[in-house]
This record gives sequence, C-alpha cells and structure tokens, in this order.
Amino acid sequence: MKLETLTQVNAERAARHPVIVVTDVANGDQRLVKAKDIATDPLSAELSKQLRMGKSGMVEAGGKKLFFNVYAPTARLVIVGAVHISQALAPLARSLDYDVTVVDPRTAFASPERFPDVPLIAEWPDVALPPLNVDHYTAFVALTHDPKIDDPALLHAFERDCFYIGALGSRKTHGKRAERLKAQGASDADIARIHAPIGLSIGAVSPSEIAVAIMAEITAELRLAKETAKVQAA
Amino acid sequence: MLNRDEDILQAAENWQKAGHGVALATVVETWGSAPRPAGSSLVINDDGTFLGSVSGGCVEGAVVTEALDVIASGKPKMLEFGVADETAWNVGLSCGGTIRVFVEKVGQS
Repeated sequence: MKLETLTQVNAERAARHPVIVVTDVANGDQRLVKAKDIATDPLSAELSKQLRMGKSGMVEAGGKKLFFNVYAPTARLVIVGAVHISQALAPLARSLDYDVTVVDPRTAFASPERFPDVPLIAEWPDVALPPLNVDHYTAFVALTHDPKIDDPALLHAFERDCFYIGALGSRKTHGKRAERLKAQGASDADIARIHAPIGLSIGAVSPSEIAVAIMAEITAELRLAKETAKVQAA
Repeated sequence: MLNRDEDILQAAENWQKAGHGVALATVVETWGSAPRPAGSSLVINDDGTFLGSVSGGCVEGAVVTEALDVIASGKPKMLEFGVADETAWNVGLSCGGTIRVFVEKVGQS
C-alpha cells in the first residue's frame, strides 16, 4: 500500500467517512474509493453492495480478482440518560469497540464519578445532540424515562439516519410516548424506527442484563443483513 | 482494550513515517470456520513488532516471518493457511477453516 493511500484512509476514517480500498491481488495494484465517488465509479454496483453490507471480500470483475477492503467508520453509541442502566451499558458498548457518549442535563446523574472515562454532556438534548452529528454508523438510545428529555432526543434521532433507535419503557409507556411524539409531528414511519421495549427479549432484569439485551439488539441491527432480518421476522 | 482497525492503520502510518519498514497483512478470503473475517489486518514493522490479528493467534508467527520477507523484497505475497498438518508440524488453524492472507509492503511505489 502506498503511504499516500494509507494516509488518506486514516484521514477519511478520522472524519467518519467510509472508504473502500480495491486491490488487484495478482499484482498488488491498488486504489482508494471514497464513498462519495462510488456512484461514478466503473465498479459502482459492486462497491455499493459491499459498502451496504459493511463487509470486505473478494470480487471478480473484468477478469480480475479484486479484494475490496471496506473501512466503515467506528460504530458509535449515543446514550440519552445517565441512569443506572447506562452505567452498565457504557462500558459494555466500549468493550464492543463503540465510541460512547452520554447525554443528560441533570448534573447529579451526568457525573464523572458515575461515568469514569466516558464523554459526558450535561446539557439538554437540543443543545447536546446537534454537534454530535449523529450519522448512519450511530446507535441511539433514550433511557431516562422522562418525556422532557427522551422526547426531544427521539425527535432529533428521527431527523438522522442512525442505524438503531431504542427507547426504554413498557409497551404501555411506549404507546403513550408514540402519541406524544406524533402530536409533535413524528410520522408512523418515525415511530416504527424505535425499538421498544428496548433490547432483545432475554428476560433481562438487572441493569447489566438489560445492557446485554440492548447491545445484542444493536449488534443484530448492525450485522444482520436487512433481507435476513426480514426472513427471520416472517 | 483490543486494538481497533483504525489504531492498527494509524500505527502503520506512524511506523512508516518514523522510518521503519512496514508490511500490512490482510485476510482477503475465508472458507469454513475462520477466526477473523475478511478485512482483518495485522501490521508488522522491521523490528518484528506487530499489532492486530488475522486469526485467533494461530498463524500470526508465520505471517510475521513472511511479512519481514515482504518488507525486504517489496513484493506482495498471498499466503494460505488451512487445517494444521500434524505430521509436518506446520502452523495451521485448529478451527478447521482456511484463510488467505495478502501481505504487502507499506510505502511501495
């Protein structure tokens, strides 16, 4: 790999832009394709397929065996609510290589003593969330149980392309939340994006177990191809 | 904490800029039960220092040795590792899978 290519890959990744490095494994010829240039690339169909799956792999094209190395940005988890579950969720998500940020305007909750080494933003969602640039590689969870905090946070998430949205609360709580959010302009499609009750159904009781259920659900959303997920649901 | 892919590539850049010979080894294909998916990488410098992994630790030693050759020659190589051959005491993957690893020099023109 040329140093120039490597430097570009590192710079694009630091900016959270996906890139694909295409290598002809027969002779080592290599080129870098930025996500924004895929549409006009001769191999656009193959490139966009691999990027969508987020998977590196060998592709045969034009009689050549090419290796597509897909560098997707590091997955990120935005946790709204510096609550007990979040104290278990933040370190678990970090152990799974997520960049974690916790948002809660209540300074008694969002304290470094409760969240050592985790970036904390003690602001209301309307102030805290826009600078985070929630993107396609972000999972977003609202855990405060307080509509004053969770509702504006979820409305913000709806405007973004995050791959997962989850909100804590029973079916009954979620029903009421859906009504409130719709009254504030959310569509049925927006509401349908929320995973609620949050987490895979594994009978989780303790905060740590609920954290496992949440990360399992986020992992499934990240890794299972949409087609597969639909087949399993059918 | 495990090294992430971006840490590994950043190390490759830093080593190269510090004047080291550096090679990048990347899993390009896997068959059967393989420990790390395609795209997993290992960077190696001319001290033999390495970061990352291409398997669960089964074949890293062999990859590092080959990588030092690649740093010296500048020519990329494709390596293949399968089930361990017990009679020859070769390195191999005890999980029964097969992986192909592409090894290239960083900074080749």
